[in-house]
Amino acid sequence: MSTATTSAPVTAPSAGAPAPARPRRRLLDRLLKVYVWLILAWLFLPIAVMIIFGFNDTKSKSNVTWQGFTFKWWGMLDQDPKLIEAVVNSLEIAVLATVITTVIGTLMGLAMGRYRFRGLGTVNLVLFAAIASPELVMGSSLLSLFVSAGVQPGFVTVVIAHVLFSLSFVAITVRARVVGLDPSIEEAARDLGASTWVTFWRVTFPMILPGVISGALLAFALSIDDFVITQFTSGALQTFPLWIWGATRIGVPPQVNILGTLIFAVGVVIAVVNMVTARRRT
Amino acid sequence: MKRFAPYLLILPGGLWLAIFLVVPMVFMASVSTQEGDVVNGFVQTFNLSIYGDVLSQYGTQFLRSAGYGLVATVVSIVLAYPMAYWIAFRGGSRKSTYLLLVLLPFFVSFVLRTVSWKFLLADNGLLLSPLKSLGLVPDDFHVLQTTVAVIGGLVYNYLPFMILPIYVALERVDPRVVEAAQDLYAARRQAFTKVVLPLSLPGVFAGVLMTFVPMTADYVNAEILGGPANTMIGNIIQSRFLVNNDYPSAAALSFALMAAMLIGIFAYARALGTENVLEAAAR
Repeated sequence: MSTATTSAPVTAPSAGAPAPARPRRRLLDRLLKVYVWLILAWLFLPIAVMIIFGFNDTKSKSNVTWQGFTFKWWGMLDQDPKLIEAVVNSLEIAVLATVITTVIGTLMGLAMGRYRFRGLGTVNLVLFAAIASPELVMGSSLLSLFVSAGVQPGFVTVVIAHVLFSLSFVAITVRARVVGLDPSIEEAARDLGASTWVTFWRVTFPMILPGVISGALLAFALSIDDFVITQFTSGALQTFPLWIWGATRIGVPPQVNILGTLIFAVGVVIAVVNMVTARRRT
Repeated sequence: MKRFAPYLLILPGGLWLAIFLVVPMVFMASVSTQEGDVVNGFVQTFNLSIYGDVLSQYGTQFLRSAGYGLVATVVSIVLAYPMAYWIAFRGGSRKSTYLLLVLLPFFVSFVLRTVSWKFLLADNGLLLSPLKSLGLVPDDFHVLQTTVAVIGGLVYNYLPFMILPIYVALERVDPRVVEAAQDLYAARRQAFTKVVLPLSLPGVFAGVLMTFVPMTADYVNAEILGGPANTMIGNIIQSRFLVNNDYPSAAALSFALMAAMLIGIFAYARALGTENVLEAAAR
């Protein structure tokens, strides 16, 4: 608790700020810091409950009250084949949607960051509309399309929908990276005799790769978490969030908590690794 | 070749957006004016009167959704602003760590987090049963199936979408501008209200757009945390589409909701541009 300021040099000559202002400001900052941690605690509270109740020795269908600690559910993860199938579906959809989104979103981001062209404003506006439109509206209009066209909703329609809502995020993330590039590096490569193709793969692509990776991670996270559009476009197909929704009325088994915990743990590891490597690069 | 390069790059993504974002809206309008049922099929009759019917039948739910969205948005601004402010100006070298912490909850499915809240807030759950056994709240006190639970769930689920754009706007405020204000004898409060706050307003507007729209169209929170008195327009659209297979009336409700929101979204884009939202999305 040092009240002596370490950062700010003493501002005696200016005399602009009266002396008592400083301790008050520090107090305010400290209160704000406590506040930030309180909000973070609030954001993580249901996640902590989810993790802890994966270890709950519950006897009934409803996993609401604490009955004692157990590891037994970890051994019974594969008890419900429908649940496992739903998780596998979620993962397959997320991987496929991420690959498609990353490829076509990166191309869009390159075009938007590199070129000024007629129609750029429209592209911006459509991407903006895709981010701002509620999922309910996107989901119900996609279902209208599939019903009218006689397409049976299922795996493919869910992938189509997931690419749709994550595309803008990837395009914008890549665009941000492309705008920050120094064009003279590519010019240097070309002056040294590299073809357009070689310049792209050996010079441009490595430089925009961090943007592509963050875009892909975001697409994956958006896909695996998605509920609303998926519910409208899935037909009889089950995904992990859809399975939970169906189970809420009869009671959510502890296996759901464990699977949620595992997905969360993998997400945290990937996000932290991404952040640390991004920091090292800059 | 060079002239066409941007169009070739845009083409795959552009087609995807055109076919699966723009075209379906036209189909939704078409479905809304059809008549029939799921067994015998639907026939296009240009039945525009359905709009009057569904809007008068579900006017309450429309207004309730807008009301919930409004209250939840205001609460989100109040909660998010100080947090974004502290991270942007006092986060120091840990800024990106704090932002990561704000975003990490997204790795747990939105439905699972809401279900978790349901358990936490249940009458015999972790929060209420200790309070009840201590006698701090009456035994018949409950949170689930109330308006407070639904609005609380909305704020919880969408708060990061308010924190992020405000943070992006605040981080861009040059600290030297604030110093200049103080050098010109602005009190700390004045430096905030006259300099920092106006500069951060675009971020607040972007946050309002990114939270109000999805909150108003939400049905997960009302379904899991609310009761029969909290039904929102999303619940109606969802059950008409997916449970009753009453496609025309569901499409009409969804189209009306979309029209109202698109007017707002495009008015926003015209007045304030698309950059603030797009930049926050790139985070």
